[in-house]
Amino acid sequence: MMTTTTTPLIRFLLRTADDNLVLAQRLGALLARMPELEEDIAVANVCLDHLGQARSLYAHAAILEGLGRSEDDLAMLRDERQFLNATLVEQPDVDFAHTIVRQFFVDAYQVPFYDVLCGASDPVLAGIAEKAVKEARYHLRRSATWVVRLGDGTEESHDRTQAAVDLLWRYTGDLLALDEIEETLVADGVLPSLDGVRGVFDATVASVFAEATLTLPTDPYQRLGGRAGVHTEQFGHLLPEMQRLYRSHPGARW
Amino acid sequence: MNEVALDLERLRQEIGEVPDPEVPVLTIADLGVLRSVEEVAGRVVVTITPTYSGCPAMSHIAERIAVVLDMHGVEGDVRTVFSPAWTTDWMSDDGRRKLTEYGIAPPHRAPVGDVLVAIRPPVHCPRCGSADTRLVSEFGSTACKAHYSCRSCSEPFDYFKEL
Repeated sequence: MMTTTTTPLIRFLLRTADDNLVLAQRLGALLARMPELEEDIAVANVCLDHLGQARSLYAHAAILEGLGRSEDDLAMLRDERQFLNATLVEQPDVDFAHTIVRQFFVDAYQVPFYDVLCGASDPVLAGIAEKAVKEARYHLRRSATWVVRLGDGTEESHDRTQAAVDLLWRYTGDLLALDEIEETLVADGVLPSLDGVRGVFDATVASVFAEATLTLPTDPYQRLGGRAGVHTEQFGHLLPEMQRLYRSHPGARW
Repeated sequence: MNEVALDLERLRQEIGEVPDPEVPVLTIADLGVLRSVEEVAGRVVVTITPTYSGCPAMSHIAERIAVVLDMHGVEGDVRTVFSPAWTTDWMSDDGRRKLTEYGIAPPHRAPVGDVLVAIRPPVHCPRCGSADTRLVSEFGSTACKAHYSCRSCSEPFDYFKEL
């Protein structure tokens, strides 16, 4: 049965958690596969931060929902159409450049996004954001450094990074488009205005890309749908792998 | 009333001695992870805050605190809060000294403003004290550390990064 998520706040918590969980799943799958040991450690740490943010958000959503579902149930027992993550985070790790560009777009968005959430009227959400914004800033420092190093690197690294930008840019719309959920939360005084997020994101991307000698695609197409549960094909492969253990062995404990 | 206050103080001391499982030279009091020990309606409430959202040490720390409460025959709960967000500025001077002796460079003051352009002061090598060190990776053996190397004595070391 399709679970209709009741309030705008719960839906907002879930989709923010979903962004983090799905990205963590992608990053976790890279362990022992990164180009160097330091990056393997870095990706594990970034993964853990996103997973931790997801857990806090799911746990809070579960309490507000009051249906007796746990954070694990929310992560592991919802179906594809019930996941509300931006389609950007489900895009596969074609090569290191794709991993870094995807991360950079997420970081450039999460820094101003969590910054706004620090002012949420819900104290738990504000607390989670206060914690998360510090992590996002640190993530951005690493991903921006890599974008510059790859973009302004060799011809090969430049071309691959530009290819990743050209492919992934169209999926950033889900992160940045404001919809009725956010408008309702702002109107109800739950969240401060999110209008400034896009400007900060654009400025970060512009300054880092200038240094990295990268350009944004001229094609303005943005693929929306993740926030409504309409995903790309890639997600259909990711989800069963993530949920298989939990669903195969209900209630299993270590 | 006085007796209760004294007991709480002793309890706070002992709970504060619980070591961080990932940096065992530091206690949770040194780190600033232990926020408060209070009595609420006849139960002891211990409040802790994670260093990072996904810090895997938190459940272990909560278990260790529960053991301390149990040893004292005290009914209590361990509560986790996120706000105010943990900062390395809460680390005690004693903690900073112990870190250096352990071979980990202690954190600078937490950064303010734009992290992309913030000028980072040099990290001193915990072994020889040289400021001629280089960042190897933004991430070290745990979420709270970055990996550095010293150009003077060639020693690789961890830097407890400011947050």
